[in-house]
Amino acid sequence: MTVLALKNVSKSFGPIQVLHGVDLALEPGEVHALIGENGAGKSTIMKLLGGYLDPTSGEVLLDGQPHRFTSGPQAEAAGIVVIHQEFNLAPDLTVAANIFLGREPGGWRLDHAAMRAQTIALMERLHCRIDPQARIRELSVPDRQMVEIAKALSRKVRVLIMDEPSAVLTHREVGTLYEQIDRLRAEGVAILYCSHRLDEVAHLADRITVLRDGRVVRHALRGELTEDGMATAMVGRELQDFYPPKGNPGSEPALEVRGLSVPGRVRDVSLTLRRGEVLGIAGLVGSGRTELAEGLVGLRAATGKIRVNGQPVRIRDLRDAFAAGLAYLTEDRKEAGLLLEKGLRQNLTLATLERFGTWRLDTRAEDAALDRATQDFDIRAPRRDMVAGKLSGGNQQKLLLAKTMLPDPRIIIIDEPTRGIDVGTKRQIYAFIRKLADEGRSVIVISSEMTEVIGLSDRVLVMREGRLAGEVLGPTMTEENIVRLAMGVGNEPGGEAA
Amino acid sequence: MKHLDLHTLGPIIALIALIILGALLNPAFLAPANITNVLARSAFIGMIAVGMTFVITAGGLDLSVGSMAAFLAGIAIIAMNTVLPYLGPNWGTILIGMAVALTGGLIAGYLNGALVTKARIEPFIVTLGTMGIFRSLVTWLADGGTLSLEYGLRTLYRPVYYGGIGWITWPIIAFAVVALLGEWMMRHSRFGRHVEAIGSNDRVARYSAIDVGRVRLMTYLLLGMLVGLAVVLYVPRLGSASGSTGVLWELEAIAAVIIGGTALKGGRGRVWGTVVGVLILSMIDNILNLADLVSPYLNGAIQGVIIVLAVVLQREKRTAEER
Repeated sequence: MTVLALKNVSKSFGPIQVLHGVDLALEPGEVHALIGENGAGKSTIMKLLGGYLDPTSGEVLLDGQPHRFTSGPQAEAAGIVVIHQEFNLAPDLTVAANIFLGREPGGWRLDHAAMRAQTIALMERLHCRIDPQARIRELSVPDRQMVEIAKALSRKVRVLIMDEPSAVLTHREVGTLYEQIDRLRAEGVAILYCSHRLDEVAHLADRITVLRDGRVVRHALRGELTEDGMATAMVGRELQDFYPPKGNPGSEPALEVRGLSVPGRVRDVSLTLRRGEVLGIAGLVGSGRTELAEGLVGLRAATGKIRVNGQPVRIRDLRDAFAAGLAYLTEDRKEAGLLLEKGLRQNLTLATLERFGTWRLDTRAEDAALDRATQDFDIRAPRRDMVAGKLSGGNQQKLLLAKTMLPDPRIIIIDEPTRGIDVGTKRQIYAFIRKLADEGRSVIVISSEMTEVIGLSDRVLVMREGRLAGEVLGPTMTEENIVRLAMGVGNEPGGEAA
Repeated sequence: MKHLDLHTLGPIIALIALIILGALLNPAFLAPANITNVLARSAFIGMIAVGMTFVITAGGLDLSVGSMAAFLAGIAIIAMNTVLPYLGPNWGTILIGMAVALTGGLIAGYLNGALVTKARIEPFIVTLGTMGIFRSLVTWLADGGTLSLEYGLRTLYRPVYYGGIGWITWPIIAFAVVALLGEWMMRHSRFGRHVEAIGSNDRVARYSAIDVGRVRLMTYLLLGMLVGLAVVLYVPRLGSASGSTGVLWELEAIAAVIIGGTALKGGRGRVWGTVVGVLILSMIDNILNLADLVSPYLNGAIQGVIIVLAVVLQREKRTAEER
């Protein structure tokens, strides 16, 4: 018996039709994965199911009856809970207050004890030790995600819609997430799971729906589609060679780091990056990868010696790093990378404005730079004068890459190059990164996606608890070896960490 | 762009409507003498509001400008009166007074900016504090009364406010120049772009190798200097300063900025809008004085309504853009 379904649903925003006659049925006790490239219409479907949008034509069926929710809260009352990619948590309230927000137990007096007790029980169920009295602001991003999940679990949920829930979680937490999904499935909850990680879709989903350009191109049952098959269905063409061929790094060092420490985050890291090399840095979330990069480029106070092309350099802030030919692409595209409410041109040139004038900025030269960037990085913007926030995630990332490359750096540190990006764009970005190395630049890629680090890098350094735990290269570059180093099981630290 | 234009033009439409209303209510409204009067009175708040536009666009705020103006006027007058016996009543003395006002403005702006950027205190708190300090200092210097410029100097200095080119007096000219330069800086200079970027998201600005603290500090310096300039033109008007000089100027300046369409949370600055906002505020005042329709005592109430209305319109614009 289908709980919630879309029947021949189409949706248009103004003149643009984003969904074309979509059918989708969520069955109790099933995990239904929804996959597709960015812009394929996944979020629109989630919003339709969650009661945040109405279809232009077609029907939303709840228990077989046509139904129209007027608001998200109304849908929630019917047992349909959505976990959004952007968190819906009040940062200054406590964990317990957030979980019970809007349906606090007790009458006019809040029943703090009950809230706390139930929160502790929920957290135990999720195997995580988050203090119910902690404020959301003080929590790490993965912990916040766990609170979101706990919040969903605390409701009488019949349908759970999850948008990329694992994107910010660490390995262990992802395991807990899967466990909870299995448990909810066993309890008869219908789950819609959106993800870009095809390995987890293959692992979790009982049923897969593939979207492309607002149409359902494939319904499949567990085991009918391989990961390759899913990727092919999503982009509509064969994906041969997802990762570009490895390069031929030179032997001369482009960047030498000796004893770099960031107080409280990174301890005594030494590494050497060769010309034309793509060096991967792996490690669990919180292992100090981002902090290492930020310390290196002067965004965090750090100590240690840095040489670029054999010359010692002092990097006290990002301007020093630029002068030394270093550039850093942040993992936090929306909060540290792009001005979402500003235009493409303003974003592209923001870090290099001094090239375009002081008292009179040369907008024509800026426009020319934007033209070049759009072409070089294949940024697909419907309009030139649009704001960056309106671009799809993949195109935002390409714009950010173009912005990072504008100062023409020789050494580029890219933190999470493809977070929240569709498969087609991922492949493009991998090709860009390889091309940078082939041009004689040197690239450091930091990533939580194991396959990405392995597929892209010539060599991988693994971090654990702020230190380099070891190096893997050539035939030893396997997921298993990296995980071992990252978790600190077995294996002596090797390579340069010694 | 379609729906945006209407909102962008909103302040201008309001201004035109006010001019028509004023002309209908009293023909004297459009007389050159009255126009000069309105513009000259707008000039002080206007120059300060242009500076305020930069501070607010960069995500800051300055509540101290009214008190700062009073304090600067006070020390400029004291300086001129002090050097008068040595230099005599001539332009040299007045230039010293002007220099004191302008340098004082820079120092006061630096004080505000440094407390915000170096000591990392909320701009609201910092300038609430300096607002009280400047106000109290000028009252103390005047010993609770009024600081007056010596008579000889006053006659010499007077034309700086009342004189000019034809009916266009110096304050109007100064305001126009400041407005044009400000508009240019906001739209076409690197500084303006950085100011907008910082107000829009200072973390992105920092990750784009922008010296966020320095740019913020510069906005306060600019504002301080413009307060100094306003004082240079204001002192010859009355030739005195007291504890009640420049009261509520800060709120009028902030109101003009908001009416003009600059977002209070920063990120989007519109200098020409601020100029229109200043004109709207002073025209309401003027019309109420000329026409007997509504008591001039209700001026504040009408201005209040307009400020709230302007913000409501801004919010509608934002939702329209999100669609």
